[in-house]
Amino acid sequence: MTGTFLGMPAFPQAAAAALRDGRLRANLRHATHTIRDKRARAVAELDDWAELRAAGKAIKDHTLRHLDRYLVQLEEAVAAAGGAVHWAADAEEANRIVADLVHATGETEVVKVKSMATQEIGLNEALAAEGITAYETDLAELIVQLGDDRPSHILVPAIHRNRAEIREIFAERMAAWGRPAPADLTDSPAELAEAARLHLREKFLRARVAVSGANFMVAETGTLVVVESEGNGRMCLTLPRTLISVVGIEKVVPTWRDLEVFLQLLPRSSTAERMNPYTSLWTGLGPSKGADGDGPSAFHLVLLDNGRTAALADQVGRQALRCIRCSACLNVCPVYERAGGHAYGSVYPGPIGAILTPQLRGITSPVDASLPYASSLCGACYEVCPVAIDIPEVLVHLRERVAEQGGHPLERAAIAAAGYLFDHPAALAAAERLAGRTRALHPRRLPGPGRAWTDTRDLPQVPAEPFRDWWRRNRS
Amino acid sequence: MRVALFATCVNDALFPATAVATVRLLERLGVDVDFPAGQTCCGQPQYNTGYRQACEPLVRRTARAFAGYEHVVTPSGSCVAMVRDNYPRIGARAAADGRGTELAEAADALAPRVHELTEFLTDVLGVEDVGAYFPHTVTYHPSCHGLRVLGLGERPLRLLRAVRGLELVELPGAEECCGFGGTFAVKNAAVSAAMAEDKLAHALGTGADVLCGADNSCLLHLGATLHRRGEALRPLHLAEILASTEQHPWRPS
Ligand code: SF4
Repeated sequence: MTGTFLGMPAFPQAAAAALRDGRLRANLRHATHTIRDKRARAVAELDDWAELRAAGKAIKDHTLRHLDRYLVQLEEAVAAAGGAVHWAADAEEANRIVADLVHATGETEVVKVKSMATQEIGLNEALAAEGITAYETDLAELIVQLGDDRPSHILVPAIHRNRAEIREIFAERMAAWGRPAPADLTDSPAELAEAARLHLREKFLRARVAVSGANFMVAETGTLVVVESEGNGRMCLTLPRTLISVVGIEKVVPTWRDLEVFLQLLPRSSTAERMNPYTSLWTGLGPSKGADGDGPSAFHLVLLDNGRTAALADQVGRQALRCIRCSACLNVCPVYERAGGHAYGSVYPGPIGAILTPQLRGITSPVDASLPYASSLCGACYEVCPVAIDIPEVLVHLRERVAEQGGHPLERAAIAAAGYLFDHPAALAAAERLAGRTRALHPRRLPGPGRAWTDTRDLPQVPAEPFRDWWRRNRS
Repeated sequence: MRVALFATCVNDALFPATAVATVRLLERLGVDVDFPAGQTCCGQPQYNTGYRQACEPLVRRTARAFAGYEHVVTPSGSCVAMVRDNYPRIGARAAADGRGTELAEAADALAPRVHELTEFLTDVLGVEDVGAYFPHTVTYHPSCHGLRVLGLGERPLRLLRAVRGLELVELPGAEECCGFGGTFAVKNAAVSAAMAEDKLAHALGTGADVLCGADNSCLLHLGATLHRRGEALRPLHLAEILASTEQHPWRPS
């Protein structure tokens, strides 16, 4: 994955800092609760949601099991429809391919459709290093880009910003990137949207190269699918001459029929809509192979691995590859709601980020090793996930990997001590009795690592006798 | 009917009153209760922290302690979830690692016989009115494992509604996690505390005297926060409310 987030502090420190930001907490709380409730209503409308969810899971599992076959089928279909397919093993390779493709057009600007894969590989930064400017055209991505900020949500990258902050960013920064914001811009949503529309329109009409991702790729026909709400994506997909799509290999589905399932699961889970406003589908250059001048005349598909094959090899962890990036798990997560997206140190925040990032990047950095613990295992994410990813199960599985890597020395010692006591009931009872007899001496606050508990909580009062002793006195 | 009580380590060491209440309640309903002394801890904290192999002796121990009992009753949703969901996983992994099927067999044999207290009362005994009396205003926090892993649903509320003298007030945002999460409470103390703060704001807002739950580990975390803040709201396990009667009313321990 990209180095943009390298050097991030571990999750607990970053989260603690975010918690002190009252405005951020209020923005996040409001946004997540609103979308959470809407999603629940949109999902409740369908009697067959459980069956749809099971079907989504089954289709993805089947595809992942035969990924080699479907990817080759996809490649052949895209090529037959006039597209070129490139394979990228990692971020560096993908960025190299895209930069070379843009250089070959002689252009120095590209417009972008919102895409997680290109963020994952740090494409914008890589292109900038090659003298190519990438313009984000999704409204929220635009806010993030203008604000020199990082996305904090999969679907709503600027969820951490409120209207007043967005107005400020537009007023101060738009001019440096193109058409300035109107001088009398207020923070009314309509005015903000209009300012963005005018700013972006200029880019759409000028750009000759577009870069996108895709939500799905259909193996049987070579068709790519992008779903969105604003229509800005469709502008990028249809106006420029060259279209380059960077897509993770796990986004393939076997047939068009499979889209029936996912085009129901995705909008209801992500934006709580029955159907998303724009669904763009394209198959290579179309039947005319671009000859009639309608749409791009060159199409490149960059298939990205970047750690996915390694995740696929993990029997428990591989279910994370079913993810359709709906962000429902973020919106219900009590930890995400309070820590915010940046604390996860990755373009993938929230519960899915906590299981995906360590698998894609490994668990060597402090932030990556802390991600599997960034959850109380409350299970709200699993409950809403439209492809039934058992996120708590994967979190615990990844914790095991961190522990195997050495874990924390004190923690290991505590686990070993508990292991002994719990396997020797007599010793356990003696320890309990000792605690009961000395309870008057117990402090309510602890020094050292125990402070993490007693900073906001007292230690519980130990009872005079454990239950075992009551039982022996009264029942046996 | 004879059942085995799985008290759990947290109740044994820190909340004996809950285990005592469970015994008295079950006996009042005509059930004979045993407490197999070989039981200790289900291994949940170790498992959830990433020490799966450290749990294997506890899976074996727990399965042995309760062998021969048709029903094992536990006043802790998260420990039931551990046995029901994770014991079979631990067994299957041991088998997959080539260490034989003995652990998997022990886990699979135990899992279906372990009942969370409210499941046992409503599903096995078929009672909702357990003859309890508890003249207080109560709000109920359904802990995540009970709510989402076990799917306890309305069971605890149905039991509470049948208690004489008890006024049940709804807890807003009830399905939200309290922020305990075992070692999460220490590893991510700041987020954990923020979650407790919000949960308690909701609970205090109900005006209830008692914050009831069916999992003492969550109540430990919430109670410790309430104690630090000097609040009068009293955390109390459901078993202690259901054990309370006119003749033997609940008394703070
Ligand atoms: S893990 Fe599930 S809920 Fe979360 S973004 Fe992916 S598909 Fe959506």
